[in-house]
Amino acid sequence: MLKGDPLSRVLYIDLSRRKFWVEDRRDLFEKYIGGTGVAIELLKEECPRNADPLGPDNPIIFAVGPLNGVFPVASKTVAMFKSPHTGNLGESHAGGRSAIAIRMAGYGAIVIKGASDIPIYLSIRNDKVYFRNASALWGIRSSHTVGRIIREREGEAGYRTIMRIGRAGEKLVTYASVVTETFRHFGRLGLGAVFGSKKLKAVVISGKRSIKVADPRLYREVYDEIYKMAVETPLMRKYHDLGTPANVVPLNNLGALPTKNLTQTRFEGYEEISGERLAERFLGRRLACAHCPVGCIHLAALREPYEKEPYFYKTTMISYDYELIYSLGSMLGISNAEGLLKLIDEVEIYGLDAISTGVVLAWATEAFQRGMVSEKETLGLKFKWGDHEAYIKAVKMIVDQPNEFYGALAKGVKYASSMYGGEEFALAYGGNEMPGYHTGPAAHAGFLTGARHSHLDSAGYSLDEKAYVSKEELTVERVAEYLFKEESWRQILTSLVICLFARGIYKPPMVIKALKVLGYEYGEEDLMKIGSEILRNKYSFKVREGFDFSKLKVPKRVTEIPTPHGMVKEEFIRKVVEMYASMLNLSG
Amino acid sequence: MAKRIAVLDVDKCTGCQSCVFACSRKYGEAGIGKSAILVRSAGGMERGFIVVVCRACKDPPCAKVCPTEALRPRRGGGVILSPEKCIGCGMCREACPLGAVFWDEERNKPVVCSHCGYCVNYCPHEVLGLEEVE
Repeated sequence: MLKGDPLSRVLYIDLSRRKFWVEDRRDLFEKYIGGTGVAIELLKEECPRNADPLGPDNPIIFAVGPLNGVFPVASKTVAMFKSPHTGNLGESHAGGRSAIAIRMAGYGAIVIKGASDIPIYLSIRNDKVYFRNASALWGIRSSHTVGRIIREREGEAGYRTIMRIGRAGEKLVTYASVVTETFRHFGRLGLGAVFGSKKLKAVVISGKRSIKVADPRLYREVYDEIYKMAVETPLMRKYHDLGTPANVVPLNNLGALPTKNLTQTRFEGYEEISGERLAERFLGRRLACAHCPVGCIHLAALREPYEKEPYFYKTTMISYDYELIYSLGSMLGISNAEGLLKLIDEVEIYGLDAISTGVVLAWATEAFQRGMVSEKETLGLKFKWGDHEAYIKAVKMIVDQPNEFYGALAKGVKYASSMYGGEEFALAYGGNEMPGYHTGPAAHAGFLTGARHSHLDSAGYSLDEKAYVSKEELTVERVAEYLFKEESWRQILTSLVICLFARGIYKPPMVIKALKVLGYEYGEEDLMKIGSEILRNKYSFKVREGFDFSKLKVPKRVTEIPTPHGMVKEEFIRKVVEMYASMLNLSG
Repeated sequence: MAKRIAVLDVDKCTGCQSCVFACSRKYGEAGIGKSAILVRSAGGMERGFIVVVCRACKDPPCAKVCPTEALRPRRGGGVILSPEKCIGCGMCREACPLGAVFWDEERNKPVVCSHCGYCVNYCPHEVLGLEEVE
């Protein structure tokens, strides 16, 4: 780290005592780079053993890394906390303007502790932190409105991030998200509920610094190389053309698109909700995260008439991505694109994790069809594949929790199925709902072994797909080694903090070159070692909080529906998990 | 012939701010603290973006209000800053109706676009261009 780089400054904010201070944590940033590497250390320091995830003891940690604000596509912020959804490690990443704003405000990390007695929001401007009354913002129906109000009230447009929660966070839905810049999210694992438990409605951060580099000429050279790869080579084409929805057609053709609570792997209505069709019919604007020339954010412009008033229309801009099309589309049997977009918007308005919400609704539909729950529980709602209007109503009920059933849905499928049965078709891994890949054994093993139990931890689906194309027979060793190595390397990327979509650009030699510009002298082996150490640190937190590899379960449904690699065998997955655990070598 | 930065098609802007980072990088630094260009949303990203940059006025109000002649009109429009003359009073910033006079907090002096065109090279969608002026 270069002298004068503000990265090692950590801003601590205590909501209970309305106090803030800055500490220099060079010790952590020198050892673990930044982002996820530093965040897990801060979480271990700040989160007492067995802390209640919704109690004041649970800290919220935001961390960025050395490459944020310096190189393109280093655009992500890591959030770490104890998850109210799984009761264990909570980690979520978001882009928007968050990472640039934190870095340009002069911090490497922000730790928010305690809880407020009244609703507040925080405004962090360079060296100052303002505690603002948010009583008037609490209970507003739409997270969009909250964004608009704060946008008008706080200055520094273009230099700031506005992270906020919707009603789902206020109502402590355990998979509530934090929305940033309207269309990006700290989605997974319930950061929104942690905000809500602290009566923290929003965090605004702004700053406009510059950062000195070791050699300006070298800086420009390395920058140009990365920039060209991002905009001129095919590496990022998928992300800027159709965006992640480009996955719908190939996954459906492969027979890997989870449909109707994974009773099918191909969806008869896939074309209507494909990236191609959505772009053709609705694509209205493309957006980028700050300092990312790729611009993968795709907004649909949905034009709707008002039924009772002629010549009155509204046009809503709705961000759509592959995971949302899977969870709120194919998983619910929705092929009506307008209906899907409206459902996505509803989830956005309330501030819920889209993947978890879709999987919860899919479980509820199957439970309803099988008679495990009746209209008595659903309060008259008839859950039916493809009925987007019923699902839109259900989303509101999950947030409002008018009875025990919806209260259970607000805690996820693991909890709901423990109350009402149907565990065999409750699609969750380590308590976190399944992402949209039924590609083969590596995907499912990866959901189990990944520290966040999500697809971007180790991208097992990617190994499945490659092996399918090359007709490679996947062995336990091959899968375990791939997952461990990939997840270890990703700890480095998320410590820098690079968007994982740019992993094809930021291979080890490029990372080493980029870090050199900022005065870091790392070799490839050093990075690999630090990566696996960070992963181990995360797992040691998980074990401290009660995590046990031997208790992990593959949902039965997953082993009953064929993947492109045939049936997933529980025995195979269990062996991969065991081997992964031994590679992690937590005792040694 | 002198040149100026022109915003050719703001509706294609995705808000990536690559131009903003390019400007500080041209002067040898990472980040945005030395940048003379800004991209911000037009009141929510769903509404698109506004690019704030000097439009090379022929009769620049920022130069008119400068009490020390630190800002002088540039051939082809816009201004040139002589930092040694500047006392950091901030009148130029107030005078620009576009908000295109930025501020270097470290030096307490304005940052004005020199119309060098470096940022144009980093616009992935040809929102920005460099055009010749009389």
